[in-house]
Amino acid sequence: MEQKLEFILNDKNISVHDNPAKTLLDFIRNNEGLKGTKEGCREGDCGACTVLLGEIVSNKLKYKSVNSCLFPVGRVAGKHVVTIEGLNDPKNLTPIQEEFNNEGASQCGFCTPGFVNSLTGYVIENNKLEFHKAENAIAGNICRCTGYSSIKRATDNVVEFINSLNIISNERIKSLVDKNIIPKYFLEIENRLIKLKKNESNDNNSKMLVGGGTDLFVQKAESLLSQEISFSNNYNLNEIKIIGSEIQLGAAVTVEQIKNSEIFIKYFPTLTEQLSLFASLPIRNSATIGGNIVNASPIGDSTSIFLALNSDLIISSKEKKRKIKLSEFYKGYKILDLMNDELVEEIIFELPGSNTKFSFEKVSKRTYLDIASVNSAIKIETENNLIKSVFLSAGGVSPIPLLLKETSNYLTNKFITAQLVLDSINIVHSEISPISDIRGSADYKKLLLSQLIKAHFIKLFPELVDMEVLL
Amino acid sequence: MKNFDAISHIKGKSLYIDDFSLPEGTLHALVFDSKIAHGKILSLNIEKAKLIEGVYAVITAKDIPNENQIGGIILDETLLAENEVHFIGEPIAIVVAKSLEIARKAAKEIEIEFQKLDVIIEPRDAFAKNSLIVPPIIFSSGNVNEAWKECDLVVEGSIDSGAQEHLYLETQGAISIPIEENKIKIISSTQSPTAVQKQASKVLGVPMHQIEVDVLRLGGAFGGKEDQATAWAVMSCLAAKILNKPVKLVLSREDDLRMTGKRHPYSSDYKIGLTKNGKIIAYEVTFYQNAGAVADLSTAVLERTLFHATNSYFIPNVKATGISCKTNLPPNTAFRGFGGPQGMFVIESAIVKAASLLGLSPSEIQKRNLLVDNNSFYYGQVVKNSQAVNSWVKAEEKFNCKLMLEEIQNFNNKNKLYKKGISFMPICFGISFTSSFLNQASALVHVYSDGSVGISTAAVEMGQGVNVKIASVASRIFSINVNKIKVESTNTTRVANTSPTAASSAADMNGNATLIACTTILNRLKNFAKIALSATENDVVTIVDESVLLNNQKIELTWQNLIQKAYFNRISLSAQAFYATPEVHFDRIINQGSPFAYHVYGTAITTATLDVIRGIYKIDSVKIVHDFGESLNKNVDLGQVEGALVQGIGWMTMEEIKYSEEGKLLANALSTYKIPDIYSSPENIEIVFLEKSKNKFGPLNSKAIGEPPLMYGIGAYFAILDAMKSAKPSKKFEISAPITPEKVLVSLHG
Repeated sequence: MEQKLEFILNDKNISVHDNPAKTLLDFIRNNEGLKGTKEGCREGDCGACTVLLGEIVSNKLKYKSVNSCLFPVGRVAGKHVVTIEGLNDPKNLTPIQEEFNNEGASQCGFCTPGFVNSLTGYVIENNKLEFHKAENAIAGNICRCTGYSSIKRATDNVVEFINSLNIISNERIKSLVDKNIIPKYFLEIENRLIKLKKNESNDNNSKMLVGGGTDLFVQKAESLLSQEISFSNNYNLNEIKIIGSEIQLGAAVTVEQIKNSEIFIKYFPTLTEQLSLFASLPIRNSATIGGNIVNASPIGDSTSIFLALNSDLIISSKEKKRKIKLSEFYKGYKILDLMNDELVEEIIFELPGSNTKFSFEKVSKRTYLDIASVNSAIKIETENNLIKSVFLSAGGVSPIPLLLKETSNYLTNKFITAQLVLDSINIVHSEISPISDIRGSADYKKLLLSQLIKAHFIKLFPELVDMEVLL
Repeated sequence: MKNFDAISHIKGKSLYIDDFSLPEGTLHALVFDSKIAHGKILSLNIEKAKLIEGVYAVITAKDIPNENQIGGIILDETLLAENEVHFIGEPIAIVVAKSLEIARKAAKEIEIEFQKLDVIIEPRDAFAKNSLIVPPIIFSSGNVNEAWKECDLVVEGSIDSGAQEHLYLETQGAISIPIEENKIKIISSTQSPTAVQKQASKVLGVPMHQIEVDVLRLGGAFGGKEDQATAWAVMSCLAAKILNKPVKLVLSREDDLRMTGKRHPYSSDYKIGLTKNGKIIAYEVTFYQNAGAVADLSTAVLERTLFHATNSYFIPNVKATGISCKTNLPPNTAFRGFGGPQGMFVIESAIVKAASLLGLSPSEIQKRNLLVDNNSFYYGQVVKNSQAVNSWVKAEEKFNCKLMLEEIQNFNNKNKLYKKGISFMPICFGISFTSSFLNQASALVHVYSDGSVGISTAAVEMGQGVNVKIASVASRIFSINVNKIKVESTNTTRVANTSPTAASSAADMNGNATLIACTTILNRLKNFAKIALSATENDVVTIVDESVLLNNQKIELTWQNLIQKAYFNRISLSAQAFYATPEVHFDRIINQGSPFAYHVYGTAITTATLDVIRGIYKIDSVKIVHDFGESLNKNVDLGQVEGALVQGIGWMTMEEIKYSEEGKLLANALSTYKIPDIYSSPENIEIVFLEKSKNKFGPLNSKAIGEPPLMYGIGAYFAILDAMKSAKPSKKFEISAPITPEKVLVSLHG
């Protein structure tokens, strides 16, 4: 299983033979003895193990935060891994660390390195800092002691301080080094990474292909150690582009890529904002759309979204390529229309027209970084208040990510009124089969989906639906 | 001045159990636990597991050299199950191997057969089956039965509150290192070093002096490492003793969640009687506490529920009954507030229900009944130095309460999709262990010949900032810079017979012990200085900012020089001191006494916004006036209030523990058990320090801080409930805590 891995860890070049499925967390702590990266949960839900990952993207060195507990060491080949030890200044606290100290933002201290990493990652990557974005960058880090007030104050101070510096945006790393925000060795990383040869192969189809692995490493980290795996980022499937009247997404596109994609921001502005409800930044930085789709979780957020967008999948094998509706892809709980030698390559859907509206709704016990109890998306095209076409999806109410076909059919060619919404909900109830589990009782899920459908219409057509009727 | 170790935390250099460099040959232990909630062990076969390469031992109850018993208060808890199991997660065997991976593999080879027995999950079911930890405990005063007749309104109800997982970021763990033949050193993540020492000595059958427990720091605890850190430490110690090798045992998050107990869920019945203008005449309450399978600290927790059954209110006729019910869940345990929050939640629920029937706002009733000096608590203690009214009135004024209420009214008149709500939450929390004997602490202070100071006490640093408080006491007594002072790890060889770091009292008691020890050394130094300076009896020597002053005049003698001179003149530069909280006592036969040194008061005003369509909500603001006394460290104390508040909000809103009918924990991972994240923390938290509050029991007039502010979080529940009432005025809501989005939506629209 072992494979040669070369990468940079902090200031140190690493060249080892190791199992690529070993988690980066175990490598950092056990092989390298760097104990500042903490194990809190091993499922990407606490952020205590957050590290930064630097890689050259479009000829530019870029950093992002990832959960090292869910990140296989095989995926860091050719990259720069930064732990808290790699941010420390030998003498002083960095200005970012200093603010954590000033505000008393570290109590028991166990979560602190993760917070510092997440926030430093945000500072490195963004030219004009904003508190709310900085807050989102650390929202995947859980602290049980402080209640976050002091962490928010520290973050606010960091944002203000860094913005007050004269940081040159096209030489950001050099500029941050000059101001002692990050250590000097960062200056050489770009050249050092270029010198590192990538020892990656993408020709072995018998290997198990791993996307972001953000669910896989929660569920079966141990069994992956004895499997041959390869990583989807080795394939060139990470582009978002418009071809004709369609948007095409490579299967290895990450959720964060969509969130920041100019195409999505232009055509689905509210959706890109709502993607902050999708897991946390370190997970969004890793989790791929292809992985999300084949994971087939009945409660996935992106599956609901792409179902409502009436997406097609391009599926390829050595022999052929085929196209299939996403709504036809799911055959039962975690059963896919996908052969062992096949690979989901692309997701394709039509650009929304000027009369098309889109809405996504999600309710979970905790608003952020939580799996939904129920989610729903709708794409709706209207002409003079008449519904021309509609695709309504729902997650968490069936063994599969569900396109509500009957309801969508029922709504088509009808005028939008509150009564229509209520009538359509009756149809919805005949299409779903929610079960009671930790995310809610079956009755709750049924009620919640009804409410979310009301919410779609109240949000998209406030002038057409009488709120009194829907409340 | 910040938390003592903050800089090392922020650099990632602070060590927790999992981070220590291990001695050569250290083995790794894994706990094999019960997969069923109640049953007889018919057979246990460990032979296959033992054969796996790299396995050193599979230890079961049979291998225990002395007593298989670690019960703290009641002797009902085995270290390893013998014939029967009583909850899922109950330890049965310890697998010790070269690596954790091997231990995991071996654990899968252990074969066990059970005969299943009936499983009890709910406390009222346990009560019906007479499955109790101890007989019911009753606190009472006045005569409730007579008093109902005087009331204009008598209302009854039932309300439940849920469990809460501690979710300390650092999971449970310990490393045991044999040192020569007659000593084992345990590095433990525990709030109770002496409990670990005592139980280990009992299980091994060796005197306590053969066990040294050292605690550097904890990565969070919140009560979860008061009693429940002991088992893992004793298991690693047992393995170390049997194999004569160092053994590390750290629980994975999954194991920790499954095997350890939570905050006790309660199911309660109340009956409250009032006059029509809201004066509370009588209150009767019965608490059914879900203790889990063994006693752990449940009886002490229940007792504190009974002490706080009327929160900040004076009620002349009270009858409070506590029933500790034995169920087949992991033993529930201490959690910040220690039963107090569960008690307060019920009286607040009763008041809200009574208010709606009387046509009053809950705050009118709350304010009318606040405790004033010389009221008597129903358990006998006389109220002194009450800050209940002070903090309430100050909160009303400071936060312009009238305006807040108006704004909410206006918002609710204008909006249909969203509604706002408000609540007041006064708190009154007693400080001291209610088991009076625990109210003792020791400090050992060394001044080294270079003038630096090392302090050891019984207090454990777990993020609450006790070390910096102790250092600041020493710094003020000696008048030296705090950077000359190091607060050492908590170690049973340096400081013996430590009480747990719990009950919010560690800074009080250990601070006071430190104060006494430092004063002893200071007096020796002053006497010596007089001699060294050939001063007369009437001359006054003081030390100010590391300089020696004679009759308030600076002379050429610094702290450092003075210490050196004192050393060469054979003056003792060390002192050990003992502190016992005065005046506390409680008689458990009549359940009367004066168990608390003092009470901590405060008032929180909480506002929330409800999304009527989706059933979700946001806590907008929490504004608090809190009685800190004269704070030893405002930065630390502020952090304690903010952190406790959000923990309390979590308990009341999103933190939901569920068990299946078979006793299996359903919220068994961080993906299903949600604690507050940064967005759950209210956008606007304002905390005002109540002025002119003194406290003779706290070192330098300070007050305890750890637990009381958690109960401000209860206000979140009632603010959400208030918003729900605005959305659906005709509906009657009876919602158990936590008030999850599911319960909100189903109550509004179901």
